[in-house]
Amino acid sequence: MIAVIDYGVGNLFSLGCSFKAIGADAVVTADPKVIRDAEKLVLPGVGAFKDAAKQLKESGLDLVIKEECAKGKILMGVCLGMQLLFDKSFEYGEWEGLSLIPGEIRPIAERIPEGLKIPHMGWNALSMKDHPLLKYLPDPSHVYFVHSYSAICREEYVIASTEYGADLTAAVAKGNILGCQFHPEKSGERGLDILRAFCELKEEDLC
Amino acid sequence: MITKRIIPCLDVKDGQVVKGVNFKGLKTVASPVDLAREYSKAGADELVFYDITASAEGRKLFTDILKKTAANVFIPLTVGGGIGTLDDFDRVLKSGADKVSVNSGAIRDPGLISKAAKLYGNQCVVLSVDIKRVDGTFRVFAKGGREDTGLEAIEWIKRCTGEGAGEVVVNSIDTDGVKKGFDLEMLDAVCNAVTVPVIASGGAGCIEDFITLFKTLPKVDAGLAASIFHFGEVSIEDLKKEMAREGIPARI
Repeated sequence: MIAVIDYGVGNLFSLGCSFKAIGADAVVTADPKVIRDAEKLVLPGVGAFKDAAKQLKESGLDLVIKEECAKGKILMGVCLGMQLLFDKSFEYGEWEGLSLIPGEIRPIAERIPEGLKIPHMGWNALSMKDHPLLKYLPDPSHVYFVHSYSAICREEYVIASTEYGADLTAAVAKGNILGCQFHPEKSGERGLDILRAFCELKEEDLC
Repeated sequence: MITKRIIPCLDVKDGQVVKGVNFKGLKTVASPVDLAREYSKAGADELVFYDITASAEGRKLFTDILKKTAANVFIPLTVGGGIGTLDDFDRVLKSGADKVSVNSGAIRDPGLISKAAKLYGNQCVVLSVDIKRVDGTFRVFAKGGREDTGLEAIEWIKRCTGEGAGEVVVNSIDTDGVKKGFDLEMLDAVCNAVTVPVIASGGAGCIEDFITLFKTLPKVDAGLAASIFHFGEVSIEDLKKEMAREGIPARI
């Protein structure tokens, strides 16, 4: 069973429905026991980093997530949920994340030429590395992005990037910890392909 | 590179899709959920659902359709029509909408956009404007294009994006339903005034109209249309292929 972690940030309706559409056994939950019993975890999120990090901490779910991940449980962060996996974000200040992947979240505006619109919103192509999460994606694959900040981390953790005036981090992996900056639940068939691959992942695939 | 979006718009009344010419003479097409699924398969990049019902039963029916669509179609959904309060935002977002478009609601309550943007983020708030030329100026019209508000359109759009609208749908009443092409002059004026994505609406009659739009105005991010897609006059698949052939970034 997959637990989609509901910590009061954002709309989980579509994410729940997309897992249902591919026949996966997924529940949207805030219950620590269900999260501990789940085989895999999804950390969603939209909105501001500061608020989301605060909600996670206040609910105590940050510790549950860290403990489960330390045991090797597979976790995928989506959009802001992916940004929360890193050490810190510089969105309107400086805020601590979960530190599951070394790196930080910085404004896209620092890196792209002037004149390009922010947020980076719409369908953009992925440039992919070989990774089991991406195994069903043809090249090129377009996915749906909405973000104004992006992850800066060591190249070895980046499994997909996208070009928007600069190469932006689109998907990351560090062992059992995975993340997508884009929205797989809003990326049509390609998005469902990623969720299918996620459902099939085994811990030993990710060593 | 980010692709140009093609967006079919579904005007929904009492559970059915309708499309009027110049906002009058409504004509019924098919079930919204089926249409949405077909469009998604054909390569639509996003869908707009416009609720043109006034009754409470109609609104409930609309919310049910939205939920059913969101459970089956996994591309971004924008909802508009009758959005006047934060409760309206809440209702459609919980039913599966990703973005909410406000039109007359923002004219009635000028604080709505900033309140919604603070609560849900700018990317969630779409400003939709019906614009018509009056005495050589671009004028904002309300109530489905029936009422001249007296507001100058470019000033209005600048003010709303300044308050947090993350995207603008420009619907030209002058070209809507005429099928002779988008209102390039009006769109150019809007593109030069804002830095948020601009969606062109009103006037598309054939594939060539979209090609002309994106080639003439590279700052336009998306093209929206309704009847030409509903009645099969333009196939989204053919349109996307033609865009790619013309060197316009498109998701195929």
